[in-house]
Amino acid sequence: MLAEFGYGVLMVSFIVALYSVGAAIFGVRNKSDAVIESARRAMLLTFPLISLSAATLIYLLVNNHYEVAFVYEVTSRSMPTYLKVTAWWGGQAGSLVFWSWLLSAFASAVTLRKWDRDREFLPWVIVVTAITLAFFLGMVVFYENPFARYWQDINGQLITRIDGQLLTSVFTPVIGATTFIPDDGQGLNPLLRHPGMVIHPPMLYLGFVSFVIPYAFAIAALVTGRTDDRWIRLTRRWSLWAWLFLSFGLVLGGRWAYDVLGWGGYWGWDPVEIAAFMPWLTGTAFLHSVMIQEKRGLLKHWNMVLVILTYALVIFGTFLTRSGVLSSVHAFAQSAIGPLFFAFIGITFITSISLLIWRWPELRGETEMKSMLSREALFLLNNLLFMSVLVVCFWGVIFPLISELATGAKVTVGPPFYERATAPLFAALMFLMGIAPLSAWGHSTLNTLGRAIWKSALAALFLTVVLFAVYTKNLIALIAFFLIALVLFVTMQEFWRATRARQRAQDENFFTALARLIGRSRRRYGGYIIHISMMLMAIGILGIEIFQTETQGTVAVGESLDISGYTVEYKELANWDVPVRGNPQVNYTRAAVSIFKGGVYLGELYPRKDYYYDSQQNMTIPGNRSTLRDDLYVLLVDWQPISANGATFKIYVNPLVNWLWIGSLLFLFGVIIAAWPDKDPEQEPVRVNKRARQMSAAD
Amino acid sequence: MKASSTGKSLQITNYLLLAFAFVFASLVYQPAFAQGPTPTDDEVNAIAKQLYCPVCENTPLDVCPTEACRQWRELIRTQLSEGRTEAEIKQYFVDNYGARVLAEPPRTGLNWLVYLLPPAIILVGAYILFRALRAWTKPVVASAGSGESEAKPVAPQDDYVARLEEELKKRK
Repeated sequence: MLAEFGYGVLMVSFIVALYSVGAAIFGVRNKSDAVIESARRAMLLTFPLISLSAATLIYLLVNNHYEVAFVYEVTSRSMPTYLKVTAWWGGQAGSLVFWSWLLSAFASAVTLRKWDRDREFLPWVIVVTAITLAFFLGMVVFYENPFARYWQDINGQLITRIDGQLLTSVFTPVIGATTFIPDDGQGLNPLLRHPGMVIHPPMLYLGFVSFVIPYAFAIAALVTGRTDDRWIRLTRRWSLWAWLFLSFGLVLGGRWAYDVLGWGGYWGWDPVEIAAFMPWLTGTAFLHSVMIQEKRGLLKHWNMVLVILTYALVIFGTFLTRSGVLSSVHAFAQSAIGPLFFAFIGITFITSISLLIWRWPELRGETEMKSMLSREALFLLNNLLFMSVLVVCFWGVIFPLISELATGAKVTVGPPFYERATAPLFAALMFLMGIAPLSAWGHSTLNTLGRAIWKSALAALFLTVVLFAVYTKNLIALIAFFLIALVLFVTMQEFWRATRARQRAQDENFFTALARLIGRSRRRYGGYIIHISMMLMAIGILGIEIFQTETQGTVAVGESLDISGYTVEYKELANWDVPVRGNPQVNYTRAAVSIFKGGVYLGELYPRKDYYYDSQQNMTIPGNRSTLRDDLYVLLVDWQPISANGATFKIYVNPLVNWLWIGSLLFLFGVIIAAWPDKDPEQEPVRVNKRARQMSAAD
Repeated sequence: MKASSTGKSLQITNYLLLAFAFVFASLVYQPAFAQGPTPTDDEVNAIAKQLYCPVCENTPLDVCPTEACRQWRELIRTQLSEGRTEAEIKQYFVDNYGARVLAEPPRTGLNWLVYLLPPAIILVGAYILFRALRAWTKPVVASAGSGESEAKPVAPQDDYVARLEEELKKRK
C-alpha cells in the first residue's frame, strides 16, 4: 500500500511539474498573470508532494520493507536507523528522488521571493526549473523507480523477466501475484557507511542543484531579452553557495577516500571524481568572470556560455556519479537512463546555445578594455586556464569511450595523464592568483604591477631559497612553493595595506579595522581568504604528490619497518566479530603497531581490516598519525590467520597533507564571508541608475 | 566518491568470478622456480603502481585489495625473480589483458588524439582570447542605440580602495 502511495505521489508531482511548465508558457503567451501565478503555485506544490513521497520512501527504508527492491539493495536489518535514512541517496533510484526533492525546494524558495522588479523573469525561471524537475521525476517514475517491488506467483515462484532477472514493479504484474518479501536486505555498501560518505553526496548534490538556479535566470534573461546584468546580480549568492557546497562536497569526498579507501591518497582522477570536478571548474570560472560583467559590462556572451556549460556538466555529473556507465560502451547501452540523460543534456544545451545566438547582438560589451594587464584581462586569462583544465578532464573521461567505439580497444586514462596535463595549468592559475589582486580594473601597466608586486616576490624568493637550503632540492616543488608563497604574501599584503590605511583614516585599532574592512567589502576579502585557503590546500597537495614515500613489508611480532625516519614496530594482532542482535555483522582484524622517530616512542596506531558479512566486502581502515609536518599512514594489507606472527603492512609518509584539510576549513570560512547576505541591499545604484537614465532618455 | 552501491554490484560479481578463477588457477599452476632472491614488496609495487587490473576500475594494482589483484602482484614477483625487466613485465600484461592495464593509452594510432587534442584546443582558445583582447583594447566605436561609449563608472568597492590608496600616499 505504501509503495503504491509513494509512487502515486511521485507521479502526481511529475504531472504537476509538467503543468507548471505548460501554464508558465501559456501565461506568458497570453499575458495572463493569473495563469503565471497558477504555474508558480504548481511549482510550490511540488515540494510538499515530493517531500511526502520521500518520507514514504524513508519509512520503507527504516522499517525493513524488503519487498521493495530499492530497500532490499541498500539496507539490511543490522544497519542503524540513521544509515537506513541516509541510504535514501545510497542508490541510483533514491538519489534521483533526492535530487528532485532538493531542486523542488530551491525552485520553491526562488519563486517565493519578491518579484516586483523582475516579474518578466518569473515564468521563465519556472519553465527552466520545472522542465529540469520533470525530467528527473520522469526518470524516477518511468525508469528508476524506488518503489518497485518483488513478486511471486500463486505457487510461490518468484516472477522473473525473460532475461532471468527478477521482475520488479509497483503494481501486481500478473493476476494473483503477491509481493515477495526477502528476510533481509543486502545492506549498504560498507564503503558508503562512513560519516564522510553520509554527508558527501548531499553536499555535492546541493552544489549541483543550486547551479540550476543561476542557469534558469540566465535563460530567463535570454528569452525575455533583458540582457543587462540583473540576472547575475540576482543569482550571485546562489552561485556562491552552490560553489561552496560543490567545493565542500569534493573535499569531503577526498577526505573519505583518504580515510576508508586505503590507498594513501585523496584523489585518484577517477571519472566519477572528475564528473564532480568539471562543473566546479566552469563554476569557478563563472564566479570570476561575472565580476567583469558587473564592473565593466563586458563578457556578457561568455558568462552565458559558462552558466550553460555548468548546467550541462551538472546534469552530466549527476548521471555519471551514480551510474558509472562511462566505464564501457556496453554498460552505457544497457543502462535505460544513459541515452535519455544524454538526450536531455543535448537538447537543453542546443536550445540554450540557440537562444544565446539569437540574443548575440544585444549582449555586446558596453565598454572597451584598456590594457592587457587590467584585471579584466587577467580574469579572462584565468577563465582560459580553467577552461583548459576542463578540456583535459572532459577529454580524459570521454576518450576511453571513443577509443572503444572506434577501434574496440579499451584504454585507461589515468592519473599520469591528468597530472602532467593539469600541473602547468594549475601553476599558471597560481601565478595569476598572485598578480590579479594587484592589477586594477580598467587599467594596469607592467610598471604599476611591478611596483606593487616586487616586495612580495622578493619575500617569496627568499623563502624559496630557504626551502632549497633546508627542505627540498626538487625543482618542480620549489617553483610551486615560490608561487604559493607569492600568492600568500601578495594577499596578506593586500589585507595589511588596506587595514593599515583604514586604521589611520578611522582611528581604529588594527583588529577592528581588519574586521570592518572585511565587513565592508565581503566579496573582495572573502575572495582573498579563499585564495589563501587554496594555497594552503596546494601545500597539502604538493606534499602528497611530490614528497610521498611508501614501503611495504611482512614482519613478525617484534620486528619493524623503517620509512623516512619513522620506525613502525608490529606488536600484536586481534580478530573479533561485532554481532548485531546475535548475528555477526562485521569481522575486525586489528593490528597494533608502535611508532618511533629517531628512537623516540611516539605512540601506537591500529590499522584495521573490516569484513562485512552481509555484503562480503573488505574495508581497509588506516592507522594514521597526523601532524602539520606529515602523516604516517599505516595499512594492514595481509596477515597469517593461524599464528598471527606475520603481518604485511603498507606504510605511507604523506608530508604536509594536513594543510589540505586545514585549507579546506579556511576555505569554508572564506566562502561564508563572501556569500553572507548583506544588511543593506546590493550595491546596485550604478546599474539601476544607468537603466533609469536610459529609460528617462527614452522618454 | 569512488563507489556507487548499485552500479558496483555487477562489478563485484565480475570480480568474484575472476577471483575464483585465479584461485583455481593457482591450485593447478605452480610458479616457476625462483631464480634470484625474492623481490621485495616495494619492488613489486613499483611496477604494480603503473598497472590497472581490468576488473577493478580505476584502482591501481598496487593498492587494489581484491584477491585477483593480489594474485597479479604475485605474478609480477615471480616474473621479477625470473629476471624479467619492468618493460617486459608491463608488456606481458598488455599482451594478455590489453592496453587498458596501462595507466595511460600507449602512444600509437588513434591514441595520439588523447595527447594532442587538449593542447590543440587550448592553443586555439588562447589564440581566440588574444584576438579578442586585441580587438577590445582598440577603442570601440559607439554602439548603435546605446549612445554610451564612455567607460562605465567604477563600482563603489573600488572607490573605497582608491580612497585608501590616496590616504596611503598622503601619509607617506
